[in-house]
Amino acid sequence: MFTAERVADEKDWMKGETGDWELIIGLEVHAQVSSNAKLFSGAATEYGAEPNTQVSLVDAGMPGMLPVINEFCVEQAVRTGLGLNAQINLFSRFDRKNYFYVDLPQGYQISQFEHPIVGEGEIEIHPEDGDAVKVGIERLHLEQDAGKSVHDLSDDETYVDLNRSGVALMEIVSKPDMRSPEEASAYVDKLRGIVRALGTCDGDMEKGNLRADVNVSVRRPGGELGTRCEIKNVNSLRFIRQAINHEARRQIEIIEAGGTIDQETRLYDSVKNETRSMRSKEDAHDYRYFPDPDLLPLQLEQSFVDNIKATLPELPDARKARFVEEFGIPAYDAGVLTADKVTGDYYETTAKGRDGKIAANWVMGELFGALNKAGIDLADSPVSAENLGGLLDRIADNTISGKIAKTVFEKMFEGGGSADEIIEREGLKQVTDTGAIEAMVQEALDANPAQVEKAKQNPKLLGFFVGQVMKASGGKANPQAVNQILRAKLGL
Amino acid sequence: MSAPENGVNAETVRKIARLSRLHVAEGRLVPLADELNGILGWIEQLNEVDVDGVEPMTSAVDVSAPLRADQITDGGKRDAVLANAPKSDSGFYVVPRSVE
Amino acid sequence: MSDLTNLTLESALTGMASGDFSSEEITRAHIDACMEAADLNAFITTTFEQAMDMAKASDARRAKGEVGKLEGAPLGVKDLFCTEGVKTTAASQILGDFKPPYESTVSANMKADGMVMLGKLNLDEFAMGSSNETSSYGNVVNPWKNGEELVPGGSSGGSAAAVAADICLGATATDTGGSIRQPASFTGTVGIKPTYGRCSRWGIVAFASSLDQAGPIAKTVKDSAILLDSMAGYDPKDSTSLNVDNGDWVNSCGKSIKGLRIGIPKEYTVDGMPTEIQSLWDQGIEWMKDAGAEIVPVSLPHTKYALPAYYIVAPAEASSNLARYDGMRYGARVDGENLNDTYERTRAAGFGPEVQRRIMIGTYVLSAGYYDAYYLRAQKVRTRISEDFKNAWENCDALLTPTCPSAPFAIGRKLNDPITMYLNDIFTVTANLAGLPGISVPAALDQDGLPLGLQIIGKALDEDTVFAAAGALEKAANFTAKPKKWWV
Repeated sequence: MFTAERVADEKDWMKGETGDWELIIGLEVHAQVSSNAKLFSGAATEYGAEPNTQVSLVDAGMPGMLPVINEFCVEQAVRTGLGLNAQINLFSRFDRKNYFYVDLPQGYQISQFEHPIVGEGEIEIHPEDGDAVKVGIERLHLEQDAGKSVHDLSDDETYVDLNRSGVALMEIVSKPDMRSPEEASAYVDKLRGIVRALGTCDGDMEKGNLRADVNVSVRRPGGELGTRCEIKNVNSLRFIRQAINHEARRQIEIIEAGGTIDQETRLYDSVKNETRSMRSKEDAHDYRYFPDPDLLPLQLEQSFVDNIKATLPELPDARKARFVEEFGIPAYDAGVLTADKVTGDYYETTAKGRDGKIAANWVMGELFGALNKAGIDLADSPVSAENLGGLLDRIADNTISGKIAKTVFEKMFEGGGSADEIIEREGLKQVTDTGAIEAMVQEALDANPAQVEKAKQNPKLLGFFVGQVMKASGGKANPQAVNQILRAKLGL
Repeated sequence: MSAPENGVNAETVRKIARLSRLHVAEGRLVPLADELNGILGWIEQLNEVDVDGVEPMTSAVDVSAPLRADQITDGGKRDAVLANAPKSDSGFYVVPRSVE
Repeated sequence: MSDLTNLTLESALTGMASGDFSSEEITRAHIDACMEAADLNAFITTTFEQAMDMAKASDARRAKGEVGKLEGAPLGVKDLFCTEGVKTTAASQILGDFKPPYESTVSANMKADGMVMLGKLNLDEFAMGSSNETSSYGNVVNPWKNGEELVPGGSSGGSAAAVAADICLGATATDTGGSIRQPASFTGTVGIKPTYGRCSRWGIVAFASSLDQAGPIAKTVKDSAILLDSMAGYDPKDSTSLNVDNGDWVNSCGKSIKGLRIGIPKEYTVDGMPTEIQSLWDQGIEWMKDAGAEIVPVSLPHTKYALPAYYIVAPAEASSNLARYDGMRYGARVDGENLNDTYERTRAAGFGPEVQRRIMIGTYVLSAGYYDAYYLRAQKVRTRISEDFKNAWENCDALLTPTCPSAPFAIGRKLNDPITMYLNDIFTVTANLAGLPGISVPAALDQDGLPLGLQIIGKALDEDTVFAAAGALEKAANFTAKPKKWWV
């Protein structure tokens, strides 16, 4: 049995009729390994193929078919384990989990029960509304996915597609260390960032490539643990929060009405925003786990693990710390910019050798804003990091003003090419020729004699002339130069 | 833990038949329990063996599991996969409805 | 031409090589013999037309100088091996008309080596049985007769009967607890179960994965070596396949065993064993001595626990291996009121009583609360049994034992007494649990004129020594008896 020592912050307690309640949350996250082929067969894992076209005879559970382990999947499990600061077990073994279901062709799922490939680890999460929290990792094991049952093609039958059957999953089991829906979603978000940074899973929750089973129970703050329910297959961060909220509320209501919680598996219905019991089985599950006699134990050499360790990329937390240090940006910005690998890479390319704060403002401001508005992912951004960097260079060397830069950026976003090309083509280069500026300044002074006098009394009115000159130059006059010349002419 | 002295009864047979997805007629439960008890009783002589500290033997092959490269070498054979299906339609296996 | 069926595989291959007869001729002779022997019920499916095509193709290859290890030889395949496009049943109704879209590695190896396949041989359902009476395609009748009809042993009863009756030059078989060696003993044939991992299990309908191993049933020790040399070999599709070369098995059959240390395990004497079997064993010891071997008494103290351990491990694995037969993707489906009812009715109708019994035993010993007491304990006992052998190998190079505790028995006699039936495997099952090679060699006839075999068990991967000892035993025994062809 587990213990749950940490007591939630008071702000995370749930109010009931009879007092406060604390939530105890643990998660089992299934992350699909980003492999080409399946865990035990050579069939493809590509998403969205025609039914049963990515099925080998092994995946279909044909008589006499045998599994052979995909080395890449083993590597990714180890890599992920290292990313979770977890114990790598050099000896692990595959077991059969026996049950009947139409999308489980062999009549058992090959998983790791007694000896998982990865043991205990720990990560730190940063919930938006609270302090950093350490979440323990219980284990990570490899297992195969089941096929897909389709119920809407016939009224009285089920259609089965085995394309997913045998796809490699990493099941990452947390300790019951989370105390609020926000912590749970921050945990999944953090895991997602880690696997994406490691490249072991694409983290695509919409495609179900990363999904969570959520274990929820409630107790009096710091009190005896309650009975937990497992909510299966929740596939977005928002749904995770909603499902936990709903489920905790449901449990509290039952307990407060004098009832007891049945340990059961529930489904979250995102449309009705409720959880409901999965059709109760007349008899309890008895999976009869035993070592798969078709597979030998997995015995890794320490050198295998060391080689993976040597090629481990920088993880989000480390990258965040480095960004703060190297680019001098606030921790919050660094957190946003390292949330996933693509963003971090983009920012780093943009900021390298430039002013990190300005780069951060541009990435998080103009760029994210434009992408958001256009509904485009950063990975598909029409403005490359190199081009954005080039734009920042032209601001830095006074070729254009910050204001003009926004115009250049807009053109760039529409596919106009590099900053230099746009500036050249559109004639947006700043006027720094003092002679030309002087002429424009004189013109402005001559046209507004009354203002001249006022400005001499009150230098704050200088802005009026700056505006006039900028307007006359089409925004291209260097504002510093305009200021300087104005002040000189007015004797300020 | 030692094996139960009295072995299985009709209710146990009903339970394991269900886990095994085998339909057993009501009248067969007791005879089957007797049969299984005969075998289980004979098996109980294993309790005589001292197995303290002995590792279980799961395979006669004492090497690490071989690993294969992550290459797509299979699939793309839907016709073969569905060829023996009692029922299939539009590239799917068709089976009795698995949800209510 | 009918004498072509009396040939050994070795002489048939020589005869075809020297042009005495073609594959087409010898195949035709065997097809005729098969048809005459329908009463034996050795086949579930015959593939005579394809066999004639294969024979012609073989002759054409030979004409071009392409000659495989089994070139042109008409052989039978146990119906547990999946054969592409040819109905594969495992002698069960649950598979319905299943035609695999693939070929087992072992039969593919043999086809690549020139095998002519006569058909698919009968067996106990899912290889679960010691008498071939659990086949849903009817029992096989032993060619050897003693007034009444006798069982051929099992589970490879069809393979053994077909070879004994000279209707196949040899046959594939599988052995999980004795399913090659016991029927070989019952039919006066030679059967070897090689070291676990020698033959790929890919494409063989699984019974108990950690114990199943393919091997041949043949007319002579050398024939069995020729066949095994074709069947065995590393297969990357089977994770338990051993990446080692075959030995020089065919030549080992004639090797001297001078100085070889033959262990005699004292625990292989059991209550109620006919004195004839004890005296045959004693005779075997004398033969080995005469051939120059040194006889060493050894002890395998956990022998008596092998069978009960087996009857936990094998059903446990089987209960899981047979879960895939659910009528959803292949095989016969019996529609029920709902999904679970369909599963239950499909499986109750598709599996025979012995298979259902073992599935339930297996499910029980793996179920919550009983796993440690049964399954885990059995796996530990298995370790003990394996250690027994390792200790024995300190003092000897191979073991000599009887193959079975009895001669073939009458059909129906043990059918309703599972434990008595299970005891047939008492001397063979130890080699499966430890993964060791074992061969049964016909050694004598009992007083009723029925064949009895002796077994050689060797060290893992030391089939060379097993073949040498078996060859010496065969030579000394000079077993030339043949069953009367009452079925013709």
